[in-house]
Amino acid sequence: MSARQYSLPGREKSGRSAPGRKERARPPGEPRRIGYLYVLPAFVVYALFLLWPLVHGAYLSLFHWDGLTLGTWAGLGNYTHAFADPSLRGSFWHAFVLLFFYAVLPCCIAFVLVSVMSRSRPRGMTFFRTVLFLPQVVAMVAVAVAWQWIYSDHGPVNGTLRFFGLGGLTRGWLGDFGWALPSVGLIGTWVEIGLAMVLFLAGVQKIPVELYEAARIDGAGAVREFFAVTLPGLRRELAVALTLTTVAALRNFDLIYLTTSGGPGDATKVPAYEVYNRAFNTGEVGLACAIGITIAIIVFVLTAGITRVVEGRP
Amino acid sequence: MRKPIVTIAAMLIAVSACAPGSNNPKPTQKPPSAVQTDVAKAGPVTLTVWDQEVLGGQNEQMQKLNAAFHAKYPNVTIKRVSRSFSDLEKTLRLALSGDNPPDVVEANQGYGIMAALVKAGALVPLDPYDKVYGFRKRFPAGVSQLNSVTGDGKTIGSGNLYGVSMTGEAVGIYYNTDKLAKLGIQPPTSFGQFEQDLALAKSKGETPIYFANLEKFPAIHELGVLLGQTADKGALRNLVFGQGGAWTDPPVVQAVQKLADWAKNGYLPRTANAGKYNDSPSAFAKGDGVFLIGGPWFAADLQKKMGDKVRFMLPPPPQAGQAQPSTLGGPGLPLAITAKSKHPDVAAAYLNFMTSPQAMDVVVQTGGLPSAKPASATPSTPVGRDVFQAYRTASDKDLLVPYLDYATTTFLDTLGGALQEVIAGRKTPQQGMAVAQKDYSGFLAKK
Repeated sequence: MSARQYSLPGREKSGRSAPGRKERARPPGEPRRIGYLYVLPAFVVYALFLLWPLVHGAYLSLFHWDGLTLGTWAGLGNYTHAFADPSLRGSFWHAFVLLFFYAVLPCCIAFVLVSVMSRSRPRGMTFFRTVLFLPQVVAMVAVAVAWQWIYSDHGPVNGTLRFFGLGGLTRGWLGDFGWALPSVGLIGTWVEIGLAMVLFLAGVQKIPVELYEAARIDGAGAVREFFAVTLPGLRRELAVALTLTTVAALRNFDLIYLTTSGGPGDATKVPAYEVYNRAFNTGEVGLACAIGITIAIIVFVLTAGITRVVEGRP
Repeated sequence: MRKPIVTIAAMLIAVSACAPGSNNPKPTQKPPSAVQTDVAKAGPVTLTVWDQEVLGGQNEQMQKLNAAFHAKYPNVTIKRVSRSFSDLEKTLRLALSGDNPPDVVEANQGYGIMAALVKAGALVPLDPYDKVYGFRKRFPAGVSQLNSVTGDGKTIGSGNLYGVSMTGEAVGIYYNTDKLAKLGIQPPTSFGQFEQDLALAKSKGETPIYFANLEKFPAIHELGVLLGQTADKGALRNLVFGQGGAWTDPPVVQAVQKLADWAKNGYLPRTANAGKYNDSPSAFAKGDGVFLIGGPWFAADLQKKMGDKVRFMLPPPPQAGQAQPSTLGGPGLPLAITAKSKHPDVAAAYLNFMTSPQAMDVVVQTGGLPSAKPASATPSTPVGRDVFQAYRTASDKDLLVPYLDYATTTFLDTLGGALQEVIAGRKTPQQGMAVAQKDYSGFLAKK
């Protein structure tokens, strides 16, 4: 290979570097190979603590291994097991249900909040913004403990229901087979709204006021204005928000571990919890790695898909 | 386009050739005559001990005993590393597969930790030391049985002895004396009486049994108490240790049916599956529940909150005056010696010291429940004495059946999950136990 093929893509775009000229005579700002040296420290850390564990995890996923004795070759057996086992397959399904609560719902709610805020600037806006973003700042453990109380037998949810004479609907939300998963999901919604909202608010400020004025002069109502001006203007922010919340949904471990430990029965089991459970509790390290790698692949596919669809890239 | 395939194939072959982990040779047993019992002759030794006794009294107990050991043998320095239970169990595998593991570790019983470590050749069999120090004679049979694993690490409950426990556990029934007085009843002397009391409590608007089961495992304790009524203890031990029987056998299903009936009759809180287990003592102390099923781990907390208003009893026999039924229980976390320890004889002397009658006195004085008979100490609180006496009775009469989740590595999840479904009325006892049996037979087949 010639040295030319190693050069960075920015090079070809610059029309000024006439062929035959020496390397030194590049315009200012042109990427140089020394750039690789600058990224080297970061790359070493990245490779050591992220790439290598990923590769090693993928390697371990090809073995039946209990973490102690000599492992035996499993090929793709752990992967097929992860999908053949009904409880593990169920955990992937739960992750997709949580995707709705962690990604779709918060973005929808954040859109409503942002369009309200962008049309009329309510008093104490900074206060509301801070309050809505607060769940992002609070440690997940505190969030989980607080919500356990909220959902408990004598907690505010049941209290409110009883106040309105709906005592028949009360239940132990996190221990109910049908309601446990949505209940955990709504905690995620509460946490992620703030993130989506802050991203959208920042994006909205970028949209020229003239566009809104033009829309209003054309007689657009709030809904029309949202779809014609705000939403197209927020494409990039939406992609970022969806990516971050999707990743949060799929790697969701702490909330499940702390609130339900996957129960009742298998009702709230998620893949990330199973990675921990299989590796540390049941000694199936290979299977745990296979589940972990599968999560990584799903995250990769979904986030790539989101960027393409939402940002409209080819 | 051939090349990538060849490369991938070559990589796969290379990868499959070097599997993770290692095949350590199993440690050999030396003859008892070769055991050096005179610790003073060992010269200066540092013994690294990993324990999980981090909570109040337990921490004090370890500190006192370690100091006493050092005072007795000044040439031995104890380097203590204490972590919480879950931290210790999660890091043990990694620590013991390294080159410089601790000498003595607390390794939880069962297939998950102890048997896995035995399989990997990481623990020393204590049988030669048992012949010298008489470990097995100190403990009730059920305790030593649970600390035993076959040399290949494939079956628990028999084979070599790998650990000695300082504390013991027996599941029983706590009761609120104020509530009993209000209901006008005495502590039940038969299980029939107990169930009548539950019905009475329910009719008076009380919660008959406080029960929090969010974590899945608590229901196993209730089931264990019920199994004492329906199943033979020998059969239960065989079942847990994989030596015959099935979880779908009629006595087991009968006990699960009883649990389902309790839930249906409202003897358990309606939101049992949503309650946090660790909140049980505070809920019970506040008056939620006439009875509470659990082990000695609740005693200190309940005593602090309720004083003399809480007492403890073993599950009563079916009819008054009959023989005591079995209950769940066994040894606390066992101390074990690692295969890579450079001073196994000193470590064995340490184990002997930590389970001596004098050490058991210290366990009692610091509020623990000693696994073996103490020299002289007795607990100072009523509920403490109840728990102590209950364990002595259970030991002397050999009533202890191992925790049911020892049966497979995933049983806590499968049996616990199935019981949650039975309690919620989503599965019949037969359906629930069929799920547990499937996990069980699958595990035994793989073993």
